Amino acid sequence: MPETILEIRKLDAHYGDFQALYGVDMAVAKGEVLAIIGANGAGKTTLMRSITGLLTNGPGQIQYRGKDISTLRADQVASLGLAMVPEGRQLFPSLSVKENLMIGGQVGRKGPWDLAAVYRMFPILHERKDQASTSLSGGQQQMVAIGRALMANPDLILFDEISLGLAPIIIKDIYDALPDIIGEGMSALIVEQDITKALSVSNRVCCLQEGRVSLEGDADKVSREEISRAYFGIE
Amino acid sequence: MEWMNAIVQGTLLGGLYALFAAGLSLIFGVMRLVNIAHGDLIVLGAYLGLSVTMATGLHPLVALVLVVPAMSLIGYALQRGLLNQTLGDDILPPLLVTFGLSVILQNGLLEIYTADPQKMDAGALEIASLPVGGLSLGVLPVLTFFVAVVVIGGLQWTFYKTALGRAFRAVSDNQDIAQLMGLNRRHIFGLAMALALGVTAIAGILLGIRTSFDPSIGGGRLIFGFEAVIIGGLGNLWGTLVGGVILGVAQTVGAKIDPGWQLLAGHIAFLVILAVRPNGLFPRIAA
Repeated sequence: MPETILEIRKLDAHYGDFQALYGVDMAVAKGEVLAIIGANGAGKTTLMRSITGLLTNGPGQIQYRGKDISTLRADQVASLGLAMVPEGRQLFPSLSVKENLMIGGQVGRKGPWDLAAVYRMFPILHERKDQASTSLSGGQQQMVAIGRALMANPDLILFDEISLGLAPIIIKDIYDALPDIIGEGMSALIVEQDITKALSVSNRVCCLQEGRVSLEGDADKVSREEISRAYFGIE
Repeated sequence: MEWMNAIVQGTLLGGLYALFAAGLSLIFGVMRLVNIAHGDLIVLGAYLGLSVTMATGLHPLVALVLVVPAMSLIGYALQRGLLNQTLGDDILPPLLVTFGLSVILQNGLLEIYTADPQKMDAGALEIASLPVGGLSLGVLPVLTFFVAVVVIGGLQWTFYKTALGRAFRAVSDNQDIAQLMGLNRRHIFGLAMALALGVTAIAGILLGIRTSFDPSIGGGRLIFGFEAVIIGGLGNLWGTLVGGVILGVAQTVGAKIDPGWQLLAGHIAFLVILAVRPNGLFPRIAA
């Protein structure tokens, strides 16, 4: 049994009076890719915000490498080696492509990823390095967002809806590149609405439905019927 | 020639206004905080300079070596201890708190230094002048303008060429995502305020050498600073220098027409620009 890198226990999350997550349990092993699927409003993005520390949690709910990170600030969580490619890319518009990548490396963690490595993976970004990040196409922006997260040399990387709003051909390119990205002993959490895409790159899958885990299993063992039941809640 | 003189003197005066404005512009640019106490912080810088020169006998410009770090420390502590708590989606709390801070600063200074006008003694520098093409330029105003250019150039360089500046811009763009990059926004805001009050210290001491000051004049300096920022365009530091110059020239030209029109002419110039270009001349931040 490989080492568990992230363990979530009975996680509740609230936005004011609205409860978005109810007692979510989940674990990611070292080197594993876990896909999190679910319909809109199922709580996927909330889960990401809780893990990264953008939402504050109750103590003991999120363990990372055996350390309780539930109540840490997002920047403290980031410095422990947890990076996120946020939904909608969310590059910094005032920063050039290169600066966006460099700020990802600001946490100062050592590892295989640096500017040169990111440019090797996405050569187009080297050509465009001095341009404003907003002048790139959606797919190129997504490359910057992925590169920015990799620059932190994370042990666990979170991908939040990386196919959203992109052309199918671009999505294919990005998903083709994912195994190389995650290959370096990194663990990953992939949040995705495109279930086929999500399953194609992951070891295990976890389905959220209205803030609860409705299905969990190996990516190659769960059946279509199980998934649609867990996804839509149809009995 | 006299008109030429008014324009040149106004331009140099604009350097001082740009220094008043640079700190405001920086703080607004990084954290969207409108600091109503900024004028009083300039006056605080002047009084700190006065205390240092009185206690040590140093020349006011040499006293900057002590006053700039002191004001920066005050800035960091103020941001971390008080102003960070007011920042959020609502823009009203920081306005109210800095307004309160302004009242506290004025009355604190009044308590310590009394209401008597004070002035820093810069010796021969105050009256030295340079003859340039038939005009006589004061060394102090020329020096002030030069300092303003260097300070704004330095801020510009910090903003666009250093890791700190990158952090400022990232936090200003998107606080949540910047946190995900390992940037603690509270610390970054503290550093921004420290930098802003360092500049404010320079502005305060140059003000205190140029004219006499008392605890009540902060409000007026705040208005000049605001006007320079708005004329130049929010978030654009070189624009702030241009804004300061326009304000300074408007004032001296107004005073040339009628000595009573000095302040009025500056405000009219500001209102005209606001009416014609509501985002200022060189806006960087979309309104």
